[in-house]
Amino acid sequence: MFTYYLNLALRSFKRNRVLTALMVLALGLGIGASITTLTVLKLLSGDPLPQKSARIFAPEIDPLTADSTTPADRLFRNWGNLMTYTDAMNLLHARKGKRQAVMALTPDKITPQEAGQHPFFSDGVITTSDFFGMFDASFQYGSGWSAQDDDDRARVAVIAGFLNDKLFGGANSVGKALRIGDQDYRIVGVLKPWAPQPRFYAVNLGGRGYGNGDAVFLPLQTAVADKVNTQNVNCFDTGVDINHLETAPCVWVALWVELASASDASAYKSFLSNYVAQQISLGRMHHPEVALPDLMAFLAQQQVVPDDARLQANLAFGFLLICIVNTVGLLLAKCLRRSREIGVRRALGATRGAIFAQFMVESGMVGIAGGVLGLVFAELGLWAIRHQPAEYAKLAHLDVSMFVATFVIALIASLIAGLLPAWRACVVAPAPQLKSV
Amino acid sequence: MTLHPILAALKKHKAGVTLITLQIALTLAIVCNAVFIIGQRIDRINRPTGMDEHNLFLIVQLWVGAPTGDDAASVDKLDSLQRSDVATLRNLPDVESAIAINTTPLINSTWNNGIGLKPDQRDSTDQAAMYFGDEQMIPTLGLKLVAGRNFTASDVTHMGFQGHMKPPIVIVTRALADKLFPKGDALGKTIYVDRNTPSRIIGIVARLQVPSVESWANSWAWNSVLVPTRLDANYSRYVVRAKPGRLDAAMREAPKALYAANPMRVIRTGSNDDSSVHSFAEIRAHAYRADRGMAILMGVICVILLCVTGAGIVGLTSFWVGQRRKQIGIRRALGATRRDILRYFQTENLLIAGAGVVLGAILAVGLNLWLMQQFQMDRMSLLYVLVGVIVLLGLGQGAVFAPALRASRVSPVEATRSV
Repeated sequence: MFTYYLNLALRSFKRNRVLTALMVLALGLGIGASITTLTVLKLLSGDPLPQKSARIFAPEIDPLTADSTTPADRLFRNWGNLMTYTDAMNLLHARKGKRQAVMALTPDKITPQEAGQHPFFSDGVITTSDFFGMFDASFQYGSGWSAQDDDDRARVAVIAGFLNDKLFGGANSVGKALRIGDQDYRIVGVLKPWAPQPRFYAVNLGGRGYGNGDAVFLPLQTAVADKVNTQNVNCFDTGVDINHLETAPCVWVALWVELASASDASAYKSFLSNYVAQQISLGRMHHPEVALPDLMAFLAQQQVVPDDARLQANLAFGFLLICIVNTVGLLLAKCLRRSREIGVRRALGATRGAIFAQFMVESGMVGIAGGVLGLVFAELGLWAIRHQPAEYAKLAHLDVSMFVATFVIALIASLIAGLLPAWRACVVAPAPQLKSV
Repeated sequence: MTLHPILAALKKHKAGVTLITLQIALTLAIVCNAVFIIGQRIDRINRPTGMDEHNLFLIVQLWVGAPTGDDAASVDKLDSLQRSDVATLRNLPDVESAIAINTTPLINSTWNNGIGLKPDQRDSTDQAAMYFGDEQMIPTLGLKLVAGRNFTASDVTHMGFQGHMKPPIVIVTRALADKLFPKGDALGKTIYVDRNTPSRIIGIVARLQVPSVESWANSWAWNSVLVPTRLDANYSRYVVRAKPGRLDAAMREAPKALYAANPMRVIRTGSNDDSSVHSFAEIRAHAYRADRGMAILMGVICVILLCVTGAGIVGLTSFWVGQRRKQIGIRRALGATRRDILRYFQTENLLIAGAGVVLGAILAVGLNLWLMQQFQMDRMSLLYVLVGVIVLLGLGQGAVFAPALRASRVSPVEATRSV
């Protein structure tokens, strides 16, 4: 029976070639646009650490002066987990989480060893030893540095695989020296490709939100001793001595904490409140509010996804809606015109269910054709996005789930589009239609 | 012609009429808002910085092994490096003038300060972006001085990048002057750019945009302060004005000349974004690339939407015409002219499209309100809706014309045929 319906549908398409093409094209365009923007939105709002994001937390405290009138929630929205060096180090050394790391960004000037090559800049992170374990950055060669290296202010470095390829041709460079800024650092580890999207840990440190990942990782305390420049410094009081950022009333480092389970969050939050209360009693701080969002809540709080991407996705769904309405209208008109054919089939013994099935098969075929076309349009759209200069552009690829989503959306859209016409077709009374023949 | 027969016929096609009305309404709502967004983005892309950007380019470079700038002696060392670079640039044959400056409009690297009218004012009156450079800033950037005087060479001091700014005199933009002194008597007045250091306004320039084009800087986009101080850091930015028509040559020669004078530095050349030599045309295109992309995308979507809706009207009307051949034949046989038949379908479409645009206008305003809530968006002028209504009614009439013409050619003899 199914093949018979397919056959009928094909015949009907042949009778109205232009109109069928129009339906498929409209549906394809709608689906293509939706899938393109959905892919981008999924890429932008994805979970950077899906296996453990519920256990990663961003402690937020309010270091502002006593006369500050900024509400804490607005401050947290702007600064997130940024802290003064003093607070971050105190919380780091308290070791109340399973792992914790303090970090900042720095542009690293790297001088290649070979003569004749000009020095160049790379994105760098200055951080503490738990960073790699906490954020699941795994190593191609060597390993990270130890907490002892942090305290000893050792001149050690971890570099990304792509930098290792560029400088050492991909060979094991552990133990070799790398000139960063005006100092030599010993390479202790080379990372496998590691670039969480969004680049959540850089969000309010002044870095890009997306991209290929950082090139160089240095111990924070070493970098502070060497007076490495950091990307972003926000000062909230007068009397800033920018040469001694470690004691200045400025927030410029971010603290991240990994807890053993998500349920430990309330315990950590009360620890954080106690810490702030203690600092208030010492006269160092003045505002008791704290917050402890997990990774995904933090990304929502910081509004990481660009407005334009959300706007485009909304627009694309409006577009898809219009395309579906268009297809419903055309399918309906088409099948009403075939009332006589339906009357003949009904008179010859076809049940209402059979007519309904026939029309659903027909609109399903329009949907699948629209889906295939939509896939082509989506690939085209993503190709166009990859050639845009946005920082996330190169990551825009259609993945398997999106591929499946294309067909599901196409089929659902067309079946919804077919429901009304199919229902209208199956309630056609056979007798009046036959009378005029 | 009375509307009654048309309305009676439409009642028999409730579903089809509802769908096409809905499609027209949705199309109007989306197209109006999309065109509004396009207009806003184009306004942004075209807003002038206040600089004369023709023949102007920017070089960013960094010295290797430069002094740290921690103490006065090493700040002086950095200053002499910077001054010798500027001299090298000014001596090039294709260069008209050159300056060292801490930042420029459109590059998003910014030094902001709260501006007060009294010393130690707790909440600053307004905020502004600081531009540090010498007396050549105004002529090289091509700014228009509208009151007071420019800095002279003897006004210019220098300080380390991490030093404390205490400028005795400043030049401000007119936008900032008017905000601080609404009576228009800003010239000669004192402002506080660093909480407790008085700075006298000695000149006012017509316009100078702040470095950031991000939305957080929108409310103070024209608040700029020029400070007669060279900032000394281990990197520097040079803005160079090439002689008319010599921009490309000057952009090629400048890095070579700097390397020849002192090879211990990083200047990235090439045509990509990583390059450190850019004309301001490139910088402008780069700064507003997202806005341009958005405008193009919106434009494409509008065109496709109008095409889809137009094609939908053509398809649906064609069906109706096919369905009603017999009735048309009867009307023709009873004396209706071709023009009557044509008018019938045109009026029918006008009714449907009319209902659609009324609904669509409400939806368009609603969508705009929703977008204002969700995104940083302004209120849409009703003019957009009005133009959208006219365009969609026109589109409907255009789309219905071909099928209606076909209907008008139905011969009266169809009335006698049973099929």
